[in-house]
Amino acid sequence: MTVLAWLSDYTLQTVMMGAVLLGVVSGVLGSFAVLRRQSLMGDVLSHAALPGICLGFLVAGGRELGGMLAGAFAAAGLAALCVLLIARQTRLKTDAALGIVLSVFFAVGVVLLSYVQSRAGAGQAGLTSFLFGQAAAILRSDLWLMGAVTALALAVVLAFWKEFKLTSFDPGYAVVAGYPVLALEIALTVMIALAIVLGLQMVGVVLMTAMVIAPAAAARQWVRRLEAMVLLAALFGVVAGLTGAVISAQARGLATGPLIVLVATGIVAVSLLLAPGRGVLWSWAARLQEARRLRTRQVLLTLHRLAEGHGDPAYPSEQGMVDAYHGAATRRALSRLAARGLVRDVGHHPETAPHWELTDAGHAEARRLEAGANDIPGAESAAPEVTGGKP
Amino acid sequence: MTPLLFNVILDDLALMIIATGALVGVAGALPGMFLVLRGSAMLTDAISHSILLGIFAAWWLTGNLGGPLQLLGAALAGLAAVALIEIVARSQRVRMDAAIGLVFPAFFALGVLLISLFARDVHLDEDAVLLGEIGFIWLDMVTLAGLELPRALVTIGALALVNAAFVALFYKELKLSVFDRALAGALGFLPGMLFYVLLALTSVTAVAAFDAVGVILFIAFVIVPPATALLLTDRLALAIVLACLLGVAAAISGYLLADIWNLTIGGMMASMTGAFFALALLAGPRHGLVARQLARLRRRRDNDCLSLLAHLRNHEGTAGAAEENTAAALEADLRWGGERRHRVILTALDRGLITRKGETLRLTRRGRAEIDALLPGRMPPRRG
Repeated sequence: MTVLAWLSDYTLQTVMMGAVLLGVVSGVLGSFAVLRRQSLMGDVLSHAALPGICLGFLVAGGRELGGMLAGAFAAAGLAALCVLLIARQTRLKTDAALGIVLSVFFAVGVVLLSYVQSRAGAGQAGLTSFLFGQAAAILRSDLWLMGAVTALALAVVLAFWKEFKLTSFDPGYAVVAGYPVLALEIALTVMIALAIVLGLQMVGVVLMTAMVIAPAAAARQWVRRLEAMVLLAALFGVVAGLTGAVISAQARGLATGPLIVLVATGIVAVSLLLAPGRGVLWSWAARLQEARRLRTRQVLLTLHRLAEGHGDPAYPSEQGMVDAYHGAATRRALSRLAARGLVRDVGHHPETAPHWELTDAGHAEARRLEAGANDIPGAESAAPEVTGGKP
Repeated sequence: MTPLLFNVILDDLALMIIATGALVGVAGALPGMFLVLRGSAMLTDAISHSILLGIFAAWWLTGNLGGPLQLLGAALAGLAAVALIEIVARSQRVRMDAAIGLVFPAFFALGVLLISLFARDVHLDEDAVLLGEIGFIWLDMVTLAGLELPRALVTIGALALVNAAFVALFYKELKLSVFDRALAGALGFLPGMLFYVLLALTSVTAVAAFDAVGVILFIAFVIVPPATALLLTDRLALAIVLACLLGVAAAISGYLLADIWNLTIGGMMASMTGAFFALALLAGPRHGLVARQLARLRRRRDNDCLSLLAHLRNHEGTAGAAEENTAAALEADLRWGGERRHRVILTALDRGLITRKGETLRLTRRGRAEIDALLPGRMPPRRG
């Protein structure tokens, strides 16, 4: 099958469109969740949606997406309220409140699920697919609903952009400035619940957590502005959704949800390691480079002070002695200095061990460093104090 | 088979299921109490999801599902997830909550994917992973000391003993680490190490409970009973005992309700932990919402009473006393509406703090003593 024919496959098209919608909405709203330290709220809301799905199924009398999503949304909203109630009104910490609501709502959902399954009736198989998601079960008509909810969420975010931004970064100032912070926070939480509910069919309640957090956390590594972060998170969400959907369509037996989550996690891993400026690898490299530069300066100062202490600008310092001062091998630092023309390798008869002396340029550089030595932490302590009696 | 014999076997089975559930409650609540107190409850969520990958890996490497080696091997995945979360959070690129939410779904997704690829025929299907099969524990029996018992019951029972021994042996150290980590560190109790042992025990317990209740319902047994106990008492030792009892009570009531309504047993047991929590949240003796609301009302009434006493004491013996120390004046001076004023005056009368003569209110000796004790030296000496 050619790629074109394969891409025109009806089911795959539907799944891909669903993945795009899900990626956009979870990336955009996830950005706010991650910035507001509410990452785990997404985890709780997605688990807590399960009883709502079952109730929606029972009320609607069948596997009808609208009813189940409405139920999921109501359950998620109730769960968010419970978390607030427990965290604010008791002495239990927020994480305990999250854990309680997550596990109890899920348990009730499991009970309801067993009730639905015990009743004779068709279509309950579609319910368990909400646990892990079943992208292939998405219908074209479902896409319209997903699209409408996505459009609504994006419109709200655009309309209240300034307010959401302020509430996320400086809620204290937002209160003082007279914004209805509580209402805005509720609105954000409600919309995150919406995003989660949308994703349930695609990736399932258990893995929807990752779709809220991963694209936003990855985007945060690359950019510093909220506008860019939201756009990039949406893009990452779409990439993860599409890649997962395509791989799953190609290899039979691989569930879409876990694949999407793994792709999203991969994006996060790459971002954490490699993003310019914030990447862990870059900061390791920068630290290594800084350590090397510091060592080079210290060795230069050591040679300079040894020479001054002996009143001989061409005093040949033995390499082993310099090593001993620094408690580490300094050969590489010395070669670097030699390459810059600041020191040179000299013999010292009758010894055969390498000796080094400063060039004129080296002394000038050392004096320049000494003048500003206070700026270099550690330079003073490592360079030896040379007084009359010592070497 | 006679009906009687059938009943005995059935009862025996019910007993085994309840015992397994109760032991999951006990084994989970013991480390759970300290995790909840430390503010690390959501790590349980991460651990219990992550062990799925460990269970698969242990099965894949050894070709066997239930054994001590598999138990420990699978538990390593939970610890690995916690370690990875710490590494990600320490890199300061994302915050702790996001780190948790990034790591465990990845472990879980990988576990689900690998199981669906390689372990289709083993009883590792997706429903069992999430929900457990406590009703089917009798499928896998072992013989112990002449008794034929379900393997899940034996494993979780052993874990409950290990957890109880750990908490009993290191009670003092755990308590101090949770309430004053800095002091525990200064005294050389290694709070970080203790915490990792605690997480390791949670992880092993999660693997042991996996057969019975699945990975998500396990969270309920770890977090909810300790949180409930903390709403009921202020003493740690009592709270631990209470949490274990709540777990046992949830297992018993959950089984009975599931039996009556023909619903899933594990889910019902976990739901019952939530029901007990809701009950404690509403009706707890001191920390419950109702008790707190009542205490708030009582405090407000006490304060109103004191305001009334202060007002009367202020004007007592002055020229304006006849005009100020009346019920009507309270509306203007203290801005108390009719209903509130009425209630305060009645309360003060009931408590014997004031007397009423016509329109005039007078302090009794007790009322005067009470307000003078509260505001010594602030009141002008009583004239006349």
